[in-house]
Amino acid sequence: MTHFLFPAQLVQAIPQGADYIRILPELVLSAFGIVVMVLDPLVNEEKSQKLLGYIGLGGAVAGLLATWYMAQYPGLAFWNMVKADGFSVFFHVLVIGIAAVISLSSFEYMAVQRIRAGEYYALILFGAVGMCLMSSAVELVLIFIALEISSISTYILAGFRRNEASSSESSLKYFLLGSFATAFFLYGVALMFGATGSTNIDVISQKLQTGPVELLVYAAMALMFVGLGFKVAAAPFHVWTPDVYEGAPAPIVGFMSTAPKAAAFAVLLRVVFTINAPGRVGLLWVAAALSMTLGNVGALVQTNVKRLLAYSSIAHAGYLLMAFAVTSSDDSVSGISAAMFYTAAYAAMNVGAFAVVSHFANAGERYVSLEDYEGLGRSSPLLAAMLTIFLLSLIGIPMTAGFFAKFYVFSAAIKAHLIWLTLIGVVNSAVGAYYYLRIIVVMYMREARKEVPVAPIPLGLGVALAVSMVATLYLGILPNRVLQYAQQSAEELLPSSLQSLK
Amino acid sequence: MNVHLILFLAFGAVCVAGAVNLLAQRHPINGALSLIAVMAALAGEYLLLGAEFVAAVQVIVYAGAIMVLFVFTIMLLNAGVEERTKGSRVAILFGIPGLLLGGILLGWVVLRHSGTEAVAAGALPGDPNTIGQLLFHEFLLPFEITSVLILIAIMGAVVLASKPPSAPARRVED
Repeated sequence: MTHFLFPAQLVQAIPQGADYIRILPELVLSAFGIVVMVLDPLVNEEKSQKLLGYIGLGGAVAGLLATWYMAQYPGLAFWNMVKADGFSVFFHVLVIGIAAVISLSSFEYMAVQRIRAGEYYALILFGAVGMCLMSSAVELVLIFIALEISSISTYILAGFRRNEASSSESSLKYFLLGSFATAFFLYGVALMFGATGSTNIDVISQKLQTGPVELLVYAAMALMFVGLGFKVAAAPFHVWTPDVYEGAPAPIVGFMSTAPKAAAFAVLLRVVFTINAPGRVGLLWVAAALSMTLGNVGALVQTNVKRLLAYSSIAHAGYLLMAFAVTSSDDSVSGISAAMFYTAAYAAMNVGAFAVVSHFANAGERYVSLEDYEGLGRSSPLLAAMLTIFLLSLIGIPMTAGFFAKFYVFSAAIKAHLIWLTLIGVVNSAVGAYYYLRIIVVMYMREARKEVPVAPIPLGLGVALAVSMVATLYLGILPNRVLQYAQQSAEELLPSSLQSLK
Repeated sequence: MNVHLILFLAFGAVCVAGAVNLLAQRHPINGALSLIAVMAALAGEYLLLGAEFVAAVQVIVYAGAIMVLFVFTIMLLNAGVEERTKGSRVAILFGIPGLLLGGILLGWVVLRHSGTEAVAAGALPGDPNTIGQLLFHEFLLPFEITSVLILIAIMGAVVLASKPPSAPARRVED
């Protein structure tokens, strides 16, 4: 070797500082996850519960700061693998925020259920790494790996109630069906590669706009939709949802009904709108209508609150999918921003609702049926009031996040002349109001028939509830800033050729 | 139909048949053997695509190392006594002549083409150099991120296979 400097060709092959900044949130989250794992065997088990939880929480907060730093350096990184743009920043904040609130609301739950905390908080952080990467990846191979990280961590988290058979059932069911669904996604990616010769979303988008669209592309999109549709619990790929949500730990249900879903919706938005997927309207129309209807009808007859919210989660995925059925470029911006707003609003209210459910469930998750909620309005007025606001938001009552979320989605659908789909959505919202109101009626208008103990709200859970409550009301009263941000990032997301059409 | 297409279909058929057989077999060892057939046929498909390196890795890592692990696991899990079925007689009647015939055919082909020059290293698109470039340059991030995936898989094994705490859950029963 005569020279010690790297030749120019090699310098190009080394990631630069900006590359690392654009995945900084992921790096920070992973680092904190590893710290949690390393400390787990070193600290005393009684103490470790709290300590590891705080480190997990600290990791999430540090991840939010890292996201803020990342937002200052938008652009592509690691040879067109990830893109730091407004869109990915939005979903980074959402996912990491959910992880933080879930960690907070888990402190007490883990102690009550006597679950060893170590891997729990690490898995939440690593899961968030996968979900964040899903939102910023522009390469289908990377999206697949990120999707697997997000899925596998949630499979494991679902099985954390080791003493309950239903939790093992939940984990195993989710794992088997989920792997099957991921295989569909992978097959779709392979077919897309076969049709366009690339797995980079931007390159695929260019190829499809300039060249002819082969039949293979339609098959690829359909298969990828099967995989992602499973992850967001959209009908007809929703059958796993009630069983998995019933058995999994309650805070984790709050996590997996919001964060991985938000990430999967982010992938779907990026893939569908950047590629401007041909022939998507029919597919998404049917999936949206089916999810809304099956979810709401299924929820009507549930007596277990966790199952009820699981069906409600299917229905909300249906409302969200309405925003995807728009086609022209003007409508696309309103569709994308409506979908982004909806994921944020749904996360705020659903995380809050599950935080209440997890506190109320008590040891061994004994009290999760509807009749256990009788008289909660009298025995625990604060908890009942909070749950009421979250449920009203899930119905879509004005002044709550759920109202504007539904409003934007419906108006995007009307703008795109999807009158029938909007009608189905409105009818479904009315049906949905019935079962949410039923919980409220049970809490306030029935006498408690049996003694159900409710502990005072501990600090961690209180903060988690407060954050969800503030987010729900903020998005319901002052939605403009979030919506404007979503609209800006939606415009960035659309391919340049579509933007020029305007 | 050219030779390429015939070979593609043949390997594909073996692959699918092996996979179906894997599901149909009740005995774990038979299942493991079917999986080897699937892996080997896949290696053939990779070779047809020009991915010589991936084909070799497929044989060495999957059909070799990973399958040995599978078989060891089955052995440790005490799979029970092997049954003698009619299938084993069929294997003797057709397997040995088939092996001989195949060997003779292969020898004949090799002898006939003994003068032909080998494909130069790097002549096909899937040589190790290209794969190294792709894996450690353009696809560096997915490659590194896979470590997180493996890490959580290990954690999953630790969490789900460890002994559950026997202590009952505490709190409020008042």
